Amino acid sequence: MQYSYYPGCSLEATGVEYNLSTRAVAGALGLELVELPGWTCCGSSSAHAVNKDLALGLAAHNIALAQEQGRDLVVPCSACYTRLSKADHEMRHDPEERARGEMLAGFSYTGEIQIYSFLEVVRVQVGMERVAQTVRRPLTGLKLACYYGCLLVRPPEVRPFDRAEDPTSLDELAAALGAEPVPWCYKTTCCGAGLSLTRPEVVEQLVARLLSAAREAGADALVSACPLCQNNLEMRRPAQEDIPVFYFTELMGLAFGLGEAPGWLKKHLVDPFPLLQRFSLAG
Amino acid sequence: MATATLHLPAGAITVDAAFREEVARLSGQPLELCFQCQKCASGCYPTQEGDYTPNEIMRLIQYGARDAVLRSRTIWLCTSCETCGLRCPNGIRIAEVMDTLKQMAAARGIAPAGETGPLFHNLFLSEIRAAGRVHETMLMLKYKLKTGNLFADMKLGWQLFRRGKLPLVPRLKKDPAVRRIFERAGGQG
Repeated sequence: MQYSYYPGCSLEATGVEYNLSTRAVAGALGLELVELPGWTCCGSSSAHAVNKDLALGLAAHNIALAQEQGRDLVVPCSACYTRLSKADHEMRHDPEERARGEMLAGFSYTGEIQIYSFLEVVRVQVGMERVAQTVRRPLTGLKLACYYGCLLVRPPEVRPFDRAEDPTSLDELAAALGAEPVPWCYKTTCCGAGLSLTRPEVVEQLVARLLSAAREAGADALVSACPLCQNNLEMRRPAQEDIPVFYFTELMGLAFGLGEAPGWLKKHLVDPFPLLQRFSLAG
Repeated sequence: MATATLHLPAGAITVDAAFREEVARLSGQPLELCFQCQKCASGCYPTQEGDYTPNEIMRLIQYGARDAVLRSRTIWLCTSCETCGLRCPNGIRIAEVMDTLKQMAAARGIAPAGETGPLFHNLFLSEIRAAGRVHETMLMLKYKLKTGNLFADMKLGWQLFRRGKLPLVPRLKKDPAVRRIFERAGGQG
């Protein structure tokens, strides 16, 4: 199966290990990700905060590029995914928004391509059964708090692939990899990543609450599906806190026995190797 | 335009009925349906540090308290996580309302003292306009330089750099298509 692939700006810098692990895991599952030629920034949270037309136009431009390629678009970053899928939803269902998007990005919207988060591709297109069959080194005993973040499954009419209040796809994935997902209440509570530079003192409180809730739930680590969440949870954590935060793709790579996996994990600010050694998963 | 003075604990506020209609039109949200159940506020962690809760912002809009709302700290603390809109029993997408308020405040150059949100967004958009993509290293540096707060996250920056997560040379080039979108959108940046 071939898809266009939109890495987004973060995956070229602070989220580089998410980029590497997504590509490697896709390869192991027989999915071909072709980087979208000429992709540009989706506008992220800054465009919709200050200019409605920029928010739609910058997203629509990338939808136009994907449409030219004629393949469905896979987006690993939750923030990019939310902007692109929201613009697509508006243009698909509202003729006025479609006309506005077409004018701003200078194209004609056909609605022929779909936009997926990589997690959705894994859950819906690949299926947990095939994921489980690909596992070579099950993550036995590892207790994981699955942290979906706020953007991945909301609003529900735009992203219906999982439940908006109590999503389960990462939990199912963790179980398919042989790990043990723990129940907890903060699956979709915002970590404040968008304020990480401008209001770090606010964000530190949000992060501390999330990480201590994961500890209370008995988790050894958190699982993330967003480069902004993953970085924020590591960068703004309390000084004494060292609970690792993995991308779900990294855990897939580890469980699939991919040799590149340790190289991704070395890029974390919180060293996850002591934990992995405890579970004999490091070498 | 109907105007009146409203006496709130925060002080006297000039009421501007046109404000409510303007926010309703720009956000496309049924603001009049808010009946103050406070579900939005109870799920909103980021705005706990703000001057108003989301339901108070909704009520101030209904009052037409233009200045109080556009100058509030709360709107810049909203991360658009959509928890409020998901739980609103009346189907009001409050994050859309917050976006509209930020856009209105930004267009007028209004921000509460010390709020660097608008500056951050403008730097972010300048990066996109200049090169089509955001070079995170440059964005962080420029923000730190502009706010005179260069040293606050120095250690973090070094840790990221050492792990190859803040590349110095961007893979960027000018993109005329992006420039045209900015022109059509009358965009800042």
